[in-house]
Amino acid sequence: MKQYISTRNACKLCTPLGACLAYKGIEGCVPVIHGSQGCATYIRRYMISHFREPVDIASSNFDESATIFGGKENCHKAINNVVAQYKPKILAVTTTCLSETIGDDVQQFMNEYIQHSKLEKLPVFVAASTPSYQGSHADGFHQAVLAAVSGLSKKKTQGVHVNIFPGMFSPADLRYIKDVFNAFGVGYIMLPDYSETLDGSSWEEYKHIPDGGTTLAEIEGTGDAKVSLQFGKVFNKAGKTGGKSIQTAATLLHDKFGIEEKTLPWPLGVEACDQFFAQVSSISGGEVPLAFRAERGRLIDAYADGHKYIFGKKAVIYGEEDLVIAFYRFLSEIGMDVSIVASGGKSGMLKTAIAEIAGNRPMPLVMDDTDFEDIASAASGRGIDILIGHSKGYYISRKLGVPLVRIGFPVHDRLGGQRIRHIGYEGTNELFERIVNAVIEGAQNKSEIGYKYM
Amino acid sequence: MLNILEERKKQVLTSGNDLVDMACGKQSAAGSVSQRACVFCGSRVVLYPIADALHLIHGPIGCAAYTWDIRGSLSSGPQLHRLSFSTDLQEKDVVFGGEPKLYVALCELIDEYEPEAAFVYSTCIVGVIGDDVDAVCARVSKEKGIKVLPINSEGFSGSKKDGYKVACNALDKIVGTGNETMQSEYSINILGDFNLAGELWMLEKYYRRMGIEVIASLTGDGRIDKIAHAHHAKLNLVQCSGSIMHLARSMEEKYGIPTKKVSYFGIEDMSEALYEVARFFESDDMMQKARELVRDELNKLMPALEGYKAALTGKKAAIYVGGAFKAISLVKALRLIGVKTVVVGSQTGNVDDYNLLQKLCDDGTYIVDDSNPVELSYMVQQTGADIFIGGVKERPIAYKIGIGFCDHNHERKLALAGYDGMLNFAKEVYASAMSPVWKFIRK
Repeated sequence: MKQYISTRNACKLCTPLGACLAYKGIEGCVPVIHGSQGCATYIRRYMISHFREPVDIASSNFDESATIFGGKENCHKAINNVVAQYKPKILAVTTTCLSETIGDDVQQFMNEYIQHSKLEKLPVFVAASTPSYQGSHADGFHQAVLAAVSGLSKKKTQGVHVNIFPGMFSPADLRYIKDVFNAFGVGYIMLPDYSETLDGSSWEEYKHIPDGGTTLAEIEGTGDAKVSLQFGKVFNKAGKTGGKSIQTAATLLHDKFGIEEKTLPWPLGVEACDQFFAQVSSISGGEVPLAFRAERGRLIDAYADGHKYIFGKKAVIYGEEDLVIAFYRFLSEIGMDVSIVASGGKSGMLKTAIAEIAGNRPMPLVMDDTDFEDIASAASGRGIDILIGHSKGYYISRKLGVPLVRIGFPVHDRLGGQRIRHIGYEGTNELFERIVNAVIEGAQNKSEIGYKYM
Repeated sequence: MLNILEERKKQVLTSGNDLVDMACGKQSAAGSVSQRACVFCGSRVVLYPIADALHLIHGPIGCAAYTWDIRGSLSSGPQLHRLSFSTDLQEKDVVFGGEPKLYVALCELIDEYEPEAAFVYSTCIVGVIGDDVDAVCARVSKEKGIKVLPINSEGFSGSKKDGYKVACNALDKIVGTGNETMQSEYSINILGDFNLAGELWMLEKYYRRMGIEVIASLTGDGRIDKIAHAHHAKLNLVQCSGSIMHLARSMEEKYGIPTKKVSYFGIEDMSEALYEVARFFESDDMMQKARELVRDELNKLMPALEGYKAALTGKKAAIYVGGAFKAISLVKALRLIGVKTVVVGSQTGNVDDYNLLQKLCDDGTYIVDDSNPVELSYMVQQTGADIFIGGVKERPIAYKIGIGFCDHNHERKLALAGYDGMLNFAKEVYASAMSPVWKFIRK
């Protein structure tokens, strides 16, 4: 395959987008992008098309002089105006390629703002360093969580609650995790929690900041937790380079306050879900509640009902590195033949992670730091049966004449992207059925007879 | 209470008072959550529909990712414009310079896709890290034998409007480079239509029926070669004046091609766009054909609109779009179907546009420049608007509080220009404003 130095139809987004997504999961928070106006507007538009919710993100709106003399004045102006219009509890800044390149120190800007402000009630500030030339949106997401925890967590007393640091899950996924912990009766703090802010109900009166999200007190309380759970493998490891240390929020809390750090795979598929439930069960000291055991039972029953339709079907899976790792495990578990695992991320960890899961099975083609045009050429001629990923791969599925099962972010061409489930027994069941049905529908449409039973 | 930021106080007016000049055309206030994008966006939207050109975005990945296949601009031939190319600059490029990467990227993409020309968009950090994009473009142009045009569209270097200007300057360099001679007595260029949902093809059909040849479209369904020959046209028709008037002015100066400002939205403005051309060419025959065309179209359209008008009469609309010239047409088009405009605004309108809006709108209508969700959400609620005409960013403002919405932005898939477009527009407004679902939200 020809190697290109250019990126053709990117299979990743920029770092500040991920940071904004995480910030949207903090209660009373307005994200501010320290850079040009376009960054905020493009990212808003991109997120609105997926979540179909208001996504207000402010910009410090650089001009020529800010670029030459530094963006402090713009940053301060932006804070003033966001406070005047939104009265946020938390004002969370994410940097850009521009502000990082000129060397703006946003943390310093905020300290100076606090020093000189005449405001009676100041918001709390958070700042993440997220230049888009380092890593991708997945890194930005975890960097923002890290920034919030690193800036705000406190150790006051020894609590018994659990910190939950989810991956880039959907609002529906976040609700599921909360349901699980509530059912076990285990106290938790989940950061971020955009389950309501990015998937809320209608309003009688317009709200400038949607309800919901992790509260300031909760973020502070992450320092008191008994244990931190994080889901994934790669996190923000593709982000910071150049000798700087790479941490997740869970690692930081471990190093700073000695809070136990547990890393689990995404709870997708029976095995990964079992691991998750066993973990929560061991924390709680109680059994897995009946409702979830029943879910598990139904999932396995569904596996039996549907296994033959998808056995050996060749799949392409693409998206963030942690997402494709989770889906590789799941698709292998149900007997599919994953041909290509592709991601725009480039932590350098993907191949090893896939090999660990593959065990004795033949390795799929693992493409990291890749783009959609490369995925398209790799996929052609391989007899691919199905694509699994977000909506930007639609054009490849169209070219190959095979179905696309939409998952992850973004889903810009269907309704309900914010409610797609990627985790839990029930979420797995839903995905399993969507994949099986996509295969069945393809076969049914192609059949000359038009069978009524499939 | 309407919460307007101090520096925006002169960008919110209400009609019915003495005419006040809008304090528009300025940089958005930092932190205001403007609905505008940046210089890059301005350039990108104007050049985007040129389908046989390579559009390479020089910078980190975001700017390319967010503008991949973003517009509903259709091409009758090549689809190269629908791909997203980026140099995807990494930390080491930022440190050591992006020129080498840009050079290789340009060469490999030109070899692979054989475009008629290439546009290289500079994004924010390119200027800062000191890449000499002009030099790389000149070198590649020489080596590959096609035009390679640098678009200096660093996001911070002004507003979206400045980006339009940068794009116009690039187009200006292409116009006039075509070698073929053309002799057509009645020929025009269509400027500022982007062929969303095939709207340009509809307009071309109208003008052809009047005996007029369209030499080039800038830039809907655009082709480099046609643009290169645009200087042969006798008249430039300019829609979306904000985006492309700069080019029209330059073509006036260089080639003596006069400019007429038109709009294709709504019956009045669409018909006027046809009559205007007939008047320009001083042809009775052409005027006759235009009248026939309008008559035929209206005979079909008016009865079809009646039902919608009956249902929608008394409804109130809020409009927030990119250009104010379009907003003016929309106020009129809505009036035609019985809908009164209570809020109207744009990202990039000029003083003349806003003055016209003040005269056109009923007393008490909010008129806003470069607005934001806090202002817009207040205004639609306070005025009791039933439908919001805007883009994707405005959509949740409407839906969250149970108001209908009609997408009139560049992402739309439905033709809203011309006579067919007017009917589509009425259907769109009707389908959303009259939906029974709102009863569950609005008490």
